[in-house]
Amino acid sequence: MTSLAPTVVTTNKSGLRSALAWVGSAAILFVLIALPFVLKSYHLGIATQILIFAILAMSVDVLAGFAGRTPLCHGAIFGTATYFVIYGVNTWGLPLPVAMMIGVAAATAVAAVFALLAVRVSGVYFLLLTLALGLVIWGICLRWSQVTGGENGLRGDLRTGALADPATFYALVLVISLCAFFAMRRFVNSPFGLTLRGIRDSESRMASMGYNVTLHVFLAFTISGFFAGVAGAIYAVFNNFVSPSAVALAQSVQGLLMAIVGGIGTLVGSFVGAAVIIILEQFVSAYTERWQMVLGIVFILIMLFAPEGIVGKSRTLWHRRK
Amino acid sequence: MTEPILKLTDVSVQFGALRAVDNVSLNVSPGERRAIIGPNGAGKTTLFNAITGVLPPTAGQIVFDTHPISRMSPHRRAALGIARTFQITNLFPSLTVDENMRLALRGLKRRKFSMFGTGTLDPDENTLATRSLEIARLPTRRQVLVKELSYGEQRQLELALSLAAQPRLLLLDEPAAGLSPAERSMVADIIRSLPRDLTLILIEHDMDLALGLVDFVTCMFEGRVLVEASPNDIRANSAVQEVYLGKARHHG
Ligand SMILES: Nc1ncnc2c1ncn2[C@@H]1O[C@H](COP(=O)(O)OP(=O)(O)OP(=O)(O)O)[C@@H](O)[C@H]1O
Ligand SMILES: [Mg+2]
Repeated sequence: MTSLAPTVVTTNKSGLRSALAWVGSAAILFVLIALPFVLKSYHLGIATQILIFAILAMSVDVLAGFAGRTPLCHGAIFGTATYFVIYGVNTWGLPLPVAMMIGVAAATAVAAVFALLAVRVSGVYFLLLTLALGLVIWGICLRWSQVTGGENGLRGDLRTGALADPATFYALVLVISLCAFFAMRRFVNSPFGLTLRGIRDSESRMASMGYNVTLHVFLAFTISGFFAGVAGAIYAVFNNFVSPSAVALAQSVQGLLMAIVGGIGTLVGSFVGAAVIIILEQFVSAYTERWQMVLGIVFILIMLFAPEGIVGKSRTLWHRRK
Repeated sequence: MTEPILKLTDVSVQFGALRAVDNVSLNVSPGERRAIIGPNGAGKTTLFNAITGVLPPTAGQIVFDTHPISRMSPHRRAALGIARTFQITNLFPSLTVDENMRLALRGLKRRKFSMFGTGTLDPDENTLATRSLEIARLPTRRQVLVKELSYGEQRQLELALSLAAQPRLLLLDEPAAGLSPAERSMVADIIRSLPRDLTLILIEHDMDLALGLVDFVTCMFEGRVLVEASPNDIRANSAVQEVYLGKARHHG
Protein backbone atom coordinates (compact mmCIF):
# COMPACT_ATOMS: atom_id res chain seq x y z
CA MET A 1 0.00 0.00 0.00
CA THR A 2 2.69 2.45 0.97
CA SER A 3 4.49 1.92 -2.34
CA LEU A 4 1.39 3.11 -4.15
CA ALA A 5 1.23 6.37 -2.28
CA PRO A 6 3.57 8.46 -4.46
CA THR A 7 1.76 7.59 -7.72
CA VAL A 8 -1.58 8.36 -6.14
CA VAL A 9 -0.27 11.71 -5.02
CA THR A 10 1.06 12.68 -8.45
CA THR A 11 -2.16 11.71 -10.25
CA ASN A 12 -4.10 13.65 -7.70
CA LYS A 13 -1.85 16.63 -8.21
CA SER A 14 -2.11 16.70 -12.00
CA GLY A 15 -5.82 15.98 -11.73
CA LEU A 16 -6.12 18.86 -9.32
CA ARG A 17 -4.19 21.03 -11.68
CA SER A 18 -6.41 20.44 -14.69
CA ALA A 19 -9.47 20.76 -12.48
CA LEU A 20 -8.15 24.13 -11.31
CA ALA A 21 -7.54 25.16 -14.91
CA TRP A 22 -11.15 24.28 -15.75
CA VAL A 23 -12.51 26.12 -12.76
CA GLY A 24 -10.33 29.11 -13.67
CA SER A 25 -11.56 29.21 -17.26
CA ALA A 26 -15.17 28.87 -16.15
CA ALA A 27 -14.71 31.68 -13.63
CA ILE A 28 -13.22 33.99 -16.26
CA LEU A 29 -16.05 33.21 -18.65
CA PHE A 30 -18.57 33.87 -15.89
CA VAL A 31 -16.98 37.25 -15.13
CA LEU A 32 -16.98 38.18 -18.82
CA ILE A 33 -20.67 37.31 -19.09
CA ALA A 34 -21.51 39.09 -15.84
CA LEU A 35 -19.75 42.36 -16.71
CA PRO A 36 -22.77 44.07 -18.36
CA PHE A 37 -24.74 43.60 -15.14
CA VAL A 38 -22.16 45.26 -12.91
CA LEU A 39 -20.34 47.85 -15.03
CA LYS A 40 -21.55 51.30 -15.93
CA SER A 41 -21.86 51.85 -19.67
CA TYR A 42 -18.64 53.87 -19.82
CA HIS A 43 -16.66 51.04 -18.29
CA LEU A 44 -18.47 48.49 -20.39
CA GLY A 45 -17.21 50.43 -23.39
CA ILE A 46 -13.65 49.93 -22.14
CA ALA A 47 -14.27 46.21 -21.73
CA THR A 48 -15.61 46.12 -25.30
CA GLN A 49 -12.51 47.93 -26.53
CA ILE A 50 -10.30 45.41 -24.73
CA LEU A 51 -12.03 42.53 -26.52
CA ILE A 52 -11.64 44.22 -29.91
CA PHE A 53 -7.95 44.85 -29.38
CA ALA A 54 -7.45 41.33 -28.05
CA ILE A 55 -8.50 40.09 -31.50
CA LEU A 56 -5.94 42.41 -33.11
CA ALA A 57 -3.24 41.24 -30.68
CA MET A 58 -4.06 37.56 -31.34
CA SER A 59 -3.76 38.14 -35.08
CA VAL A 60 -0.28 39.55 -34.45
CA ASP A 61 0.53 36.61 -32.18
CA VAL A 62 -0.30 34.08 -34.91
CA LEU A 63 2.56 35.51 -36.97
CA ALA A 64 4.97 36.65 -34.24
CA GLY A 65 4.51 33.84 -31.73
CA PHE A 66 3.94 30.88 -34.03
CA ALA A 67 5.57 31.62 -37.39
CA GLY A 68 8.40 33.62 -35.78
CA ARG A 69 7.80 36.66 -38.02
CA THR A 70 7.10 39.84 -36.05
CA PRO A 71 4.93 42.23 -38.09
CA LEU A 72 4.57 45.99 -37.68
CA CYS A 73 1.75 46.51 -40.16
CA HIS A 74 -1.27 44.98 -38.49
CA GLY A 75 -2.54 48.35 -37.35
CA ALA A 76 -2.71 49.37 -41.01
CA ILE A 77 -4.55 46.17 -41.93
CA PHE A 78 -6.93 46.68 -39.00
CA GLY A 79 -7.58 50.31 -39.95
CA THR A 80 -8.16 49.43 -43.61
CA ALA A 81 -11.20 47.46 -42.51
CA THR A 82 -12.32 50.36 -40.31
CA TYR A 83 -12.14 52.82 -43.22
CA PHE A 84 -13.98 50.49 -45.59
CA VAL A 85 -16.82 49.84 -43.16
CA ILE A 86 -17.49 53.52 -42.48
CA TYR A 87 -17.03 54.53 -46.11
CA GLY A 88 -19.22 51.64 -47.26
CA VAL A 89 -22.10 52.64 -45.03
CA ASN A 90 -21.72 56.40 -45.50
CA THR A 91 -21.01 56.67 -49.20
CA TRP A 92 -22.15 53.43 -50.80
CA GLY A 93 -25.16 53.18 -48.52
CA LEU A 94 -24.47 49.53 -47.75
CA PRO A 95 -26.15 47.71 -44.89
CA LEU A 96 -23.74 47.44 -41.96
CA PRO A 97 -23.17 43.64 -42.13
CA VAL A 98 -22.30 43.89 -45.83
CA ALA A 99 -19.97 46.82 -45.22
CA MET A 100 -18.27 44.84 -42.46
CA MET A 101 -17.75 41.86 -44.75
CA ILE A 102 -16.28 44.16 -47.41
CA GLY A 103 -14.05 45.73 -44.76
CA VAL A 104 -12.71 42.34 -43.69
CA ALA A 105 -12.23 41.31 -47.32
CA ALA A 106 -10.32 44.52 -48.07
CA ALA A 107 -8.09 44.03 -45.02
CA THR A 108 -7.42 40.43 -46.07
CA ALA A 109 -6.54 41.59 -49.58
CA VAL A 110 -4.14 44.21 -48.22
CA ALA A 111 -2.58 41.54 -46.00
CA ALA A 112 -2.17 39.23 -49.00
CA VAL A 113 -0.36 41.95 -50.95
CA PHE A 114 1.86 42.75 -47.95
CA ALA A 115 2.53 39.04 -47.53
CA LEU A 116 3.64 38.67 -51.15
CA LEU A 117 6.18 41.43 -50.61
CA ALA A 118 7.40 40.38 -47.17
CA VAL A 119 7.44 36.56 -47.14
CA ARG A 120 10.96 36.19 -48.39
CA VAL A 121 12.56 38.11 -45.54
CA SER A 122 12.69 37.40 -41.84
CA GLY A 123 14.01 38.87 -38.62
CA VAL A 124 14.60 42.60 -38.45
CA TYR A 125 14.13 42.95 -42.23
CA PHE A 126 10.62 41.58 -41.89
CA LEU A 127 9.95 44.04 -39.10
CA LEU A 128 11.19 46.99 -41.13
CA LEU A 129 9.55 45.97 -44.39
CA THR A 130 6.15 45.50 -42.76
CA LEU A 131 6.62 48.83 -40.97
CA ALA A 132 7.22 50.52 -44.31
CA LEU A 133 4.20 48.83 -45.89
CA GLY A 134 2.03 50.02 -43.02
CA LEU A 135 3.29 53.57 -43.53
CA VAL A 136 2.15 53.42 -47.16
CA ILE A 137 -1.44 52.78 -46.02
CA TRP A 138 -1.14 55.57 -43.49
CA GLY A 139 0.14 57.94 -46.19
CA ILE A 140 -2.76 57.05 -48.48
CA CYS A 141 -5.32 57.64 -45.72
CA LEU A 142 -3.76 60.96 -44.85
CA ARG A 143 -3.38 62.33 -48.38
CA TRP A 144 -6.34 60.94 -50.34
CA SER A 145 -8.66 63.31 -48.54
CA GLN A 146 -11.60 63.26 -51.03
CA VAL A 147 -12.16 59.65 -50.01
CA THR A 148 -10.69 59.35 -46.52
CA GLY A 149 -11.38 62.81 -45.22
CA GLY A 150 -7.66 63.32 -44.69
CA GLU A 151 -6.68 64.36 -41.20
CA ASN A 152 -10.31 64.98 -40.26
CA GLY A 153 -11.20 61.37 -40.95
CA LEU A 154 -14.69 60.00 -41.49
CA ARG A 155 -17.55 60.09 -39.05
CA GLY A 156 -20.09 57.28 -39.17
CA ASP A 157 -23.45 56.61 -37.67
CA LEU A 158 -23.25 52.87 -37.26
CA ARG A 159 -24.40 52.29 -33.68
CA THR A 160 -28.11 52.33 -34.45
CA GLY A 161 -30.91 50.05 -33.28
CA ALA A 162 -29.92 47.30 -30.89
CA LEU A 163 -26.22 48.11 -31.30
CA ALA A 164 -26.77 51.44 -29.55
CA ASP A 165 -27.21 49.57 -26.28
CA PRO A 166 -23.75 49.12 -24.70
CA ALA A 167 -24.67 45.79 -23.11
CA THR A 168 -25.97 44.30 -26.35
CA PHE A 169 -22.95 45.51 -28.26
CA TYR A 170 -20.59 44.16 -25.59
CA ALA A 171 -22.31 40.77 -25.74
CA LEU A 172 -21.96 40.67 -29.52
CA VAL A 173 -18.27 41.57 -29.37
CA LEU A 174 -17.71 39.01 -26.62
CA VAL A 175 -19.19 36.27 -28.79
CA ILE A 176 -17.15 37.33 -31.83
CA SER A 177 -13.89 37.59 -29.87
CA LEU A 178 -14.40 34.17 -28.29
CA CYS A 179 -15.15 32.69 -31.73
CA ALA A 180 -12.00 34.35 -33.08
CA PHE A 181 -10.00 32.97 -30.15
CA PHE A 182 -11.24 29.40 -30.62
CA ALA A 183 -10.78 29.60 -34.40
CA MET A 184 -7.19 30.83 -34.06
CA ARG A 185 -6.44 28.27 -31.36
CA ARG A 186 -7.71 25.51 -33.60
CA PHE A 187 -5.67 26.99 -36.45
CA VAL A 188 -2.35 27.10 -34.57
CA ASN A 189 -2.86 23.54 -33.28
CA SER A 190 -3.72 22.15 -36.72
CA PRO A 191 -1.19 20.35 -38.93
CA PHE A 192 -0.73 23.64 -40.79
CA GLY A 193 -0.19 25.50 -37.51
CA LEU A 194 2.53 23.02 -36.60
CA THR A 195 4.32 23.82 -39.86
CA LEU A 196 4.48 27.46 -38.71
CA ARG A 197 6.19 26.48 -35.48
CA GLY A 198 8.53 24.31 -37.55
CA ILE A 199 9.36 27.33 -39.71
CA ARG A 200 9.98 29.39 -36.57
CA ASP A 201 12.51 26.80 -35.35
CA SER A 202 14.25 25.91 -38.63
CA GLU A 203 13.38 27.06 -42.13
CA SER A 204 16.21 25.10 -43.71
CA ARG A 205 15.08 21.82 -42.14
CA MET A 206 11.51 22.49 -43.22
CA ALA A 207 12.58 23.12 -46.83
CA SER A 208 14.70 19.98 -46.86
CA MET A 209 11.64 17.96 -45.81
CA GLY A 210 9.50 19.27 -48.65
CA TYR A 211 7.84 22.37 -47.22
CA ASN A 212 7.43 25.46 -49.36
CA VAL A 213 8.31 27.85 -46.58
CA THR A 214 7.30 31.04 -48.40
CA LEU A 215 3.87 29.60 -49.25
CA HIS A 216 3.23 28.69 -45.62
CA VAL A 217 4.29 32.13 -44.37
CA PHE A 218 2.15 33.76 -47.07
CA LEU A 219 -0.94 31.81 -45.99
CA ALA A 220 -0.29 32.50 -42.31
CA PHE A 221 0.18 36.21 -42.99
CA THR A 222 -3.04 36.45 -45.00
CA ILE A 223 -5.07 34.55 -42.41
CA SER A 224 -3.64 36.67 -39.62
CA GLY A 225 -4.59 39.75 -41.68
CA PHE A 226 -8.14 38.42 -41.93
CA PHE A 227 -8.45 38.43 -38.14
CA ALA A 228 -6.90 41.89 -37.87
CA GLY A 229 -9.59 42.94 -40.35
CA VAL A 230 -12.32 41.41 -38.18
CA ALA A 231 -11.06 43.50 -35.27
CA GLY A 232 -10.90 46.63 -37.43
CA ALA A 233 -14.43 46.14 -38.77
CA ILE A 234 -15.85 45.84 -35.25
CA TYR A 235 -13.82 48.86 -34.21
CA ALA A 236 -15.60 50.90 -36.88
CA VAL A 237 -18.91 50.16 -35.19
CA PHE A 238 -17.45 50.72 -31.73
CA ASN A 239 -15.79 54.03 -32.52
CA ASN A 240 -18.14 55.46 -35.16
CA PHE A 241 -15.17 57.38 -36.44
CA VAL A 242 -11.94 56.71 -38.29
CA SER A 243 -8.91 58.87 -38.92
CA PRO A 244 -5.32 58.16 -40.00
CA SER A 245 -4.41 57.33 -36.40
CA ALA A 246 -6.38 54.07 -36.86
CA VAL A 247 -3.85 52.91 -39.48
CA ALA A 248 -0.81 54.59 -37.94
CA LEU A 249 2.37 52.87 -36.79
CA ALA A 250 1.35 53.47 -33.16
CA GLN A 251 -1.64 51.19 -33.73
CA SER A 252 0.60 48.39 -35.06
CA VAL A 253 3.01 48.85 -32.19
CA GLN A 254 0.13 48.77 -29.72
CA GLY A 255 -1.19 45.46 -31.12
CA LEU A 256 2.28 43.95 -30.93
CA LEU A 257 2.90 45.24 -27.39
CA MET A 258 -0.37 43.73 -26.21
CA ALA A 259 0.63 40.35 -27.62
CA ILE A 260 4.09 40.60 -26.04
CA VAL A 261 2.90 41.85 -22.63
CA GLY A 262 0.33 39.06 -22.46
CA GLY A 263 2.74 36.42 -23.69
CA ILE A 264 3.80 35.79 -27.26
CA GLY A 265 2.79 32.38 -28.61
CA THR A 266 0.00 31.92 -26.05
CA LEU A 267 -2.99 33.52 -27.87
CA VAL A 268 -4.90 33.85 -24.60
CA GLY A 269 -2.22 36.28 -23.44
CA SER A 270 -3.56 38.77 -25.97
CA PHE A 271 -6.66 39.25 -23.81
CA VAL A 272 -4.47 39.87 -20.77
CA GLY A 273 -2.13 42.19 -22.67
CA ALA A 274 -5.01 44.17 -24.18
CA ALA A 275 -6.64 44.50 -20.74
CA VAL A 276 -3.43 45.61 -19.02
CA ILE A 277 -2.55 48.21 -21.63
CA ILE A 278 -6.02 49.65 -22.14
CA ILE A 279 -6.88 49.81 -18.42
CA LEU A 280 -3.50 51.32 -17.65
CA GLU A 281 -4.01 53.90 -20.39
CA GLN A 282 -7.39 54.90 -18.93
CA PHE A 283 -5.93 55.14 -15.48
CA VAL A 284 -2.73 56.98 -16.37
CA SER A 285 -4.39 59.43 -18.76
CA ALA A 286 -6.52 60.67 -15.89
CA TYR A 287 -3.40 61.93 -14.12
CA THR A 288 -0.83 62.77 -16.77
CA GLU A 289 -0.37 63.48 -20.46
CA ARG A 290 2.64 61.18 -20.60
CA TRP A 291 0.86 57.92 -21.37
CA GLN A 292 3.41 56.96 -24.05
CA MET A 293 6.24 57.28 -21.55
CA VAL A 294 4.45 55.16 -18.96
CA LEU A 295 3.74 52.55 -21.64
CA GLY A 296 7.43 52.51 -22.51
CA ILE A 297 8.42 51.96 -18.88
CA VAL A 298 5.86 49.17 -18.46
CA PHE A 299 7.18 47.50 -21.57
CA ILE A 300 10.78 47.72 -20.37
CA LEU A 301 9.80 46.22 -17.00
CA ILE A 302 8.01 43.33 -18.72
CA MET A 303 11.00 42.71 -20.98
CA LEU A 304 13.35 42.69 -17.99
CA PHE A 305 11.34 40.59 -15.56
CA ALA A 306 8.96 38.54 -17.68
CA PRO A 307 10.09 38.51 -21.31
CA GLU A 308 7.74 35.58 -21.91
CA GLY A 309 4.82 37.85 -20.97
CA ILE A 310 2.30 37.69 -18.16
CA VAL A 311 0.62 34.47 -19.27
CA GLY A 312 3.92 32.89 -20.29
CA LYS A 313 5.50 33.77 -16.94
CA SER A 314 2.50 32.45 -14.98
CA ARG A 315 2.67 29.18 -16.89
CA THR A 316 6.35 28.70 -16.09
CA LEU A 317 5.77 29.44 -12.41
CA TRP A 318 2.73 27.15 -12.39
CA HIS A 319 4.67 24.23 -13.90
CA ARG A 320 7.67 24.76 -11.65
CA ARG A 321 5.54 24.31 -8.53
CA LYS A 322 6.01 20.56 -8.30
CA MET B 1 25.92 -0.56 -66.21
CA THR B 2 22.63 0.87 -64.89
CA GLU B 3 21.69 4.51 -65.42
CA PRO B 4 22.92 6.62 -62.48
CA ILE B 5 20.15 7.88 -60.18
CA LEU B 6 22.24 10.98 -59.45
CA LYS B 7 24.43 12.56 -62.08
CA LEU B 8 26.54 15.67 -61.53
CA THR B 9 28.25 17.24 -64.53
CA ASP B 10 30.93 19.90 -64.00
CA VAL B 11 29.18 21.34 -60.95
CA SER B 12 30.71 24.43 -59.35
CA VAL B 13 29.65 26.57 -56.40
CA GLN B 14 31.38 29.91 -56.14
CA PHE B 15 31.47 32.22 -53.11
CA GLY B 16 33.02 35.46 -54.35
CA ALA B 17 36.57 34.52 -55.23
CA LEU B 18 36.36 31.09 -53.59
CA ARG B 19 35.27 28.06 -55.57
CA ALA B 20 34.07 25.85 -52.73
CA VAL B 21 33.02 23.22 -55.27
CA ASP B 22 35.10 23.23 -58.42
CA ASN B 23 34.00 21.33 -61.54
CA VAL B 24 32.79 18.22 -59.78
CA SER B 25 31.35 15.37 -61.86
CA LEU B 26 29.86 12.43 -60.05
CA ASN B 27 27.66 9.44 -60.93
CA VAL B 28 25.85 7.47 -58.25
CA SER B 29 23.97 4.27 -59.20
CA PRO B 30 20.61 3.29 -57.70
CA GLY B 31 21.10 1.47 -54.40
CA GLU B 32 24.76 2.44 -54.21
CA ARG B 33 26.36 3.51 -50.94
CA ARG B 34 28.93 6.18 -51.51
CA ALA B 35 31.27 7.93 -49.10
CA ILE B 36 32.61 11.44 -49.66
CA ILE B 37 35.73 12.00 -47.62
CA GLY B 38 38.18 14.87 -47.49
CA PRO B 39 39.77 17.32 -45.07
CA ASN B 40 38.05 20.36 -43.52
CA GLY B 41 36.95 22.88 -46.10
CA ALA B 42 37.19 20.42 -48.99
CA GLY B 43 33.68 21.42 -50.12
CA LYS B 44 31.77 18.31 -49.03
CA THR B 45 28.92 20.11 -47.29
CA THR B 46 28.74 22.68 -50.07
CA LEU B 47 28.35 19.82 -52.55
CA PHE B 48 25.38 18.52 -50.50
CA ASN B 49 23.93 22.03 -50.51
CA ALA B 50 24.18 22.06 -54.30
CA ILE B 51 22.47 18.68 -54.57
CA THR B 52 19.65 19.62 -52.18
CA GLY B 53 19.15 23.12 -53.58
CA VAL B 54 20.22 25.17 -50.57
CA LEU B 55 22.91 26.70 -52.79
CA PRO B 56 22.10 26.25 -56.47
CA PRO B 57 25.26 25.49 -58.46
CA THR B 58 26.81 28.51 -60.14
CA ALA B 59 27.76 26.23 -63.06
CA GLY B 60 27.09 22.68 -64.18
CA GLN B 61 24.17 20.27 -64.30
CA ILE B 62 22.56 18.03 -61.70
CA VAL B 63 20.17 15.29 -62.81
CA PHE B 64 18.24 13.17 -60.34
CA ASP B 65 16.35 10.18 -61.73
CA THR B 66 16.02 11.83 -65.20
CA HIS B 67 14.84 15.16 -63.69
CA PRO B 68 17.18 18.12 -64.26
CA ILE B 69 17.17 19.69 -60.79
CA SER B 70 19.98 22.27 -60.92
CA ARG B 71 17.55 25.20 -60.60
CA MET B 72 14.85 23.48 -58.57
CA SER B 73 13.96 24.75 -55.09
CA PRO B 74 14.84 22.56 -52.09
CA HIS B 75 11.26 21.56 -51.29
CA ARG B 76 10.63 20.33 -54.82
CA ARG B 77 13.82 18.26 -54.71
CA ALA B 78 12.57 16.77 -51.45
CA ALA B 79 9.33 15.88 -53.24
CA LEU B 80 11.36 13.90 -55.80
CA GLY B 81 12.74 11.76 -52.95
CA ILE B 82 15.93 13.48 -51.80
CA ALA B 83 16.44 13.72 -48.03
CA ARG B 84 19.39 14.84 -45.95
CA THR B 85 20.78 15.23 -42.47
CA PHE B 86 22.82 18.20 -41.32
CA GLN B 87 26.38 18.34 -40.05
CA ILE B 88 25.31 20.92 -37.47
CA THR B 89 22.25 19.52 -35.74
CA ASN B 90 19.19 21.10 -37.34
CA LEU B 91 15.99 20.09 -35.57
CA PHE B 92 12.93 21.82 -34.09
CA PRO B 93 14.21 22.32 -30.54
CA SER B 94 11.08 23.89 -29.03
CA LEU B 95 8.85 21.05 -30.28
CA THR B 96 8.51 17.51 -28.95
CA VAL B 97 10.04 14.45 -30.60
CA ASP B 98 6.54 13.49 -31.70
CA GLU B 99 5.92 16.90 -33.29
CA ASN B 100 9.29 16.71 -35.06
CA MET B 101 8.22 13.37 -36.52
CA ARG B 102 4.84 14.79 -37.59
CA LEU B 103 6.58 17.51 -39.55
CA ALA B 104 8.95 15.00 -41.11
CA LEU B 105 6.09 12.70 -42.12
CA ARG B 106 3.84 15.36 -43.62
CA GLY B 107 6.37 17.30 -45.70
CA LEU B 108 5.19 15.58 -48.88
CA LYS B 109 1.55 15.06 -47.87
CA ARG B 110 -1.55 17.18 -48.53
CA ARG B 111 -2.32 17.04 -44.83
CA LYS B 112 0.33 19.67 -44.11
CA PHE B 113 -2.24 22.23 -45.35
CA SER B 114 -5.03 21.08 -43.04
CA MET B 115 -5.92 24.20 -41.06
CA PHE B 116 -8.71 22.97 -38.85
CA GLY B 117 -7.89 19.28 -38.48
CA THR B 118 -6.38 17.91 -35.31
CA GLY B 119 -2.65 17.56 -35.23
CA THR B 120 -2.21 14.08 -33.83
CA LEU B 121 -0.74 11.23 -35.85
CA ASP B 122 -3.17 8.91 -37.62
CA PRO B 123 -2.46 5.16 -37.33
CA ASP B 124 -0.53 4.97 -40.64
CA GLU B 125 1.62 7.94 -39.72
CA ASN B 126 2.19 6.49 -36.29
CA THR B 127 3.45 3.23 -37.79
CA LEU B 128 5.90 5.14 -40.00
CA ALA B 129 7.06 7.34 -37.13
CA THR B 130 7.63 4.35 -34.90
CA ARG B 131 9.55 2.55 -37.64
CA SER B 132 11.85 5.52 -38.34
CA LEU B 133 12.52 6.03 -34.65
CA GLU B 134 13.27 2.33 -34.26
CA ILE B 135 15.71 2.35 -37.15
CA ALA B 136 17.42 5.33 -35.51
CA ARG B 137 17.26 3.43 -32.19
CA LEU B 138 15.31 6.21 -30.52
CA PRO B 139 12.04 4.42 -29.92
CA THR B 140 10.98 5.99 -26.63
CA ARG B 141 10.57 9.52 -25.30
CA ARG B 142 8.08 10.81 -27.85
CA GLN B 143 6.66 13.59 -25.65
CA VAL B 144 10.01 15.07 -24.65
CA LEU B 145 11.04 18.48 -25.98
CA VAL B 146 13.90 18.10 -28.42
CA LYS B 147 16.03 20.71 -26.66
CA GLU B 148 15.94 18.44 -23.61
CA LEU B 149 17.39 15.44 -25.46
CA SER B 150 21.07 14.59 -25.07
CA TYR B 151 23.34 15.52 -27.95
CA GLY B 152 23.61 11.88 -28.99
CA GLU B 153 19.84 11.50 -29.05
CA GLN B 154 19.55 14.64 -31.15
CA ARG B 155 21.92 13.11 -33.70
CA GLN B 156 19.71 10.02 -33.76
CA LEU B 157 16.65 12.20 -34.30
CA GLU B 158 18.47 13.84 -37.24
CA LEU B 159 18.53 10.39 -38.83
CA ALA B 160 14.94 9.55 -37.90
CA LEU B 161 13.62 12.78 -39.46
CA SER B 162 15.45 12.16 -42.71
CA LEU B 163 14.10 8.60 -42.93
CA ALA B 164 10.47 9.40 -42.13
CA ALA B 165 9.41 10.41 -45.63
CA GLN B 166 10.96 7.24 -47.12
CA PRO B 167 13.37 8.97 -49.49
CA ARG B 168 15.09 7.35 -52.47
CA LEU B 169 18.34 9.27 -52.03
CA LEU B 170 19.66 9.98 -48.56
CA LEU B 171 22.52 12.37 -47.94
CA LEU B 172 24.17 12.00 -44.53
CA ASP B 173 26.47 14.86 -43.53
CA GLU B 174 28.80 13.54 -40.82
CA PRO B 175 26.05 11.76 -38.88
CA ALA B 176 28.55 10.77 -36.20
CA ALA B 177 30.02 14.26 -35.74
CA GLY B 178 30.83 14.98 -32.11
CA LEU B 179 29.84 11.54 -30.79
CA SER B 180 31.73 9.24 -28.44
CA PRO B 181 33.38 6.08 -29.88
CA ALA B 182 30.51 3.92 -28.57
CA GLU B 183 27.91 6.21 -30.10
CA ARG B 184 29.86 6.33 -33.37
CA SER B 185 29.76 2.58 -33.71
CA MET B 186 26.04 2.66 -33.02
CA VAL B 187 25.59 5.18 -35.84
CA ALA B 188 27.60 2.86 -38.08
CA ASP B 189 25.24 0.02 -37.17
CA ILE B 190 22.23 2.22 -37.91
CA ILE B 191 23.60 3.06 -41.36
CA ARG B 192 24.33 -0.61 -42.05
CA SER B 193 20.76 -1.50 -41.16
CA LEU B 194 19.16 0.97 -43.61
CA PRO B 195 17.11 -0.53 -46.47
CA ARG B 196 19.43 -1.87 -49.16
CA ASP B 197 17.57 -0.22 -52.06
CA LEU B 198 18.05 3.26 -50.56
CA THR B 199 20.78 5.18 -52.38
CA LEU B 200 23.07 6.71 -49.82
CA ILE B 201 25.82 9.29 -49.82
CA LEU B 202 27.77 9.63 -46.61
CA ILE B 203 30.11 12.47 -45.73
CA GLU B 204 32.56 11.33 -43.12
CA HIS B 205 35.89 12.60 -41.91
CA ASP B 206 36.90 9.39 -40.27
CA MET B 207 38.12 6.96 -42.93
CA ASP B 208 37.92 3.95 -40.63
CA LEU B 209 34.24 4.61 -40.02
CA ALA B 210 33.35 5.47 -43.62
CA LEU B 211 35.21 2.75 -45.48
CA GLY B 212 33.42 -0.07 -43.68
CA LEU B 213 30.00 1.23 -44.70
CA VAL B 214 30.18 1.94 -48.42
CA ASP B 215 30.71 0.45 -51.88
CA PHE B 216 32.67 3.31 -53.35
CA VAL B 217 34.55 6.38 -52.15
CA THR B 218 35.04 9.88 -53.54
CA CYS B 219 37.83 11.91 -51.93
CA MET B 220 37.51 15.69 -52.30
CA PHE B 221 40.22 18.27 -51.79
CA GLU B 222 40.01 22.03 -52.29
CA GLY B 223 36.66 21.76 -54.04
CA ARG B 224 37.75 19.15 -56.57
CA VAL B 225 37.42 15.40 -56.82
CA LEU B 226 40.87 14.11 -55.97
CA VAL B 227 40.34 10.35 -56.24
CA GLU B 228 37.45 7.98 -56.80
CA ALA B 229 38.08 4.37 -55.82
CA SER B 230 36.84 1.35 -53.90
CA PRO B 231 37.32 1.41 -50.13
CA ASN B 232 40.30 -0.94 -50.37
CA ASP B 233 42.11 1.11 -53.00
CA ILE B 234 41.44 4.40 -51.19
CA ARG B 235 43.56 3.41 -48.20
CA ALA B 236 46.50 2.60 -50.39
CA ASN B 237 46.16 5.69 -52.59
CA SER B 238 49.15 8.00 -52.20
CA ALA B 239 47.26 11.20 -53.08
CA VAL B 240 44.67 10.48 -50.37
CA GLN B 241 47.39 9.68 -47.86
CA GLU B 242 49.12 12.91 -48.74
CA VAL B 243 45.98 14.97 -48.11
CA TYR B 244 45.12 13.24 -44.88
CA LEU B 245 48.65 12.99 -43.46
CA GLY B 246 49.42 16.52 -44.58
CA LYS B 247 46.40 17.70 -42.58
CA ALA B 248 47.37 15.49 -39.67
CA ARG B 249 50.80 17.09 -39.62
CA HIS B 250 49.22 20.56 -39.55
CA HIS B 251 47.16 19.61 -36.55
CA GLY B 252 50.07 17.84 -34.84
N1 LIG C 1 27.80 30.15 -47.33
C1 LIG C 1 29.14 30.28 -47.51
N2 LIG C 1 29.66 31.48 -47.83
C2 LIG C 1 30.98 31.62 -48.03
N3 LIG C 1 31.88 30.63 -47.95
C3 LIG C 1 31.42 29.39 -47.62
C4 LIG C 1 30.03 29.17 -47.39
N4 LIG C 1 29.85 27.85 -47.10
C5 LIG C 1 31.09 27.31 -47.14
N5 LIG C 1 32.03 28.22 -47.46
C6 LIG C 1 33.45 27.96 -47.64
O1 LIG C 1 33.56 26.94 -48.61
C7 LIG C 1 34.58 26.03 -48.29
C8 LIG C 1 34.05 24.63 -48.23
O2 LIG C 1 33.21 24.51 -47.10
P1 LIG C 1 32.42 23.17 -46.76
O3 LIG C 1 31.61 23.46 -45.57
O4 LIG C 1 31.74 22.69 -47.96
O5 LIG C 1 33.59 22.18 -46.38
P2 LIG C 1 33.49 20.70 -45.80
O6 LIG C 1 34.24 19.82 -46.72
O7 LIG C 1 32.10 20.34 -45.50
O8 LIG C 1 34.32 20.86 -44.45
P3 LIG C 1 34.10 20.18 -43.02
O9 LIG C 1 34.74 18.85 -43.08
O10 LIG C 1 34.80 21.09 -42.08
O11 LIG C 1 32.64 20.12 -42.78
C9 LIG C 1 35.17 26.50 -46.97
O12 LIG C 1 36.33 27.26 -47.25
C10 LIG C 1 34.11 27.38 -46.39
O13 LIG C 1 34.66 28.39 -45.59
MG1 LIG D 1 31.01 19.91 -43.85
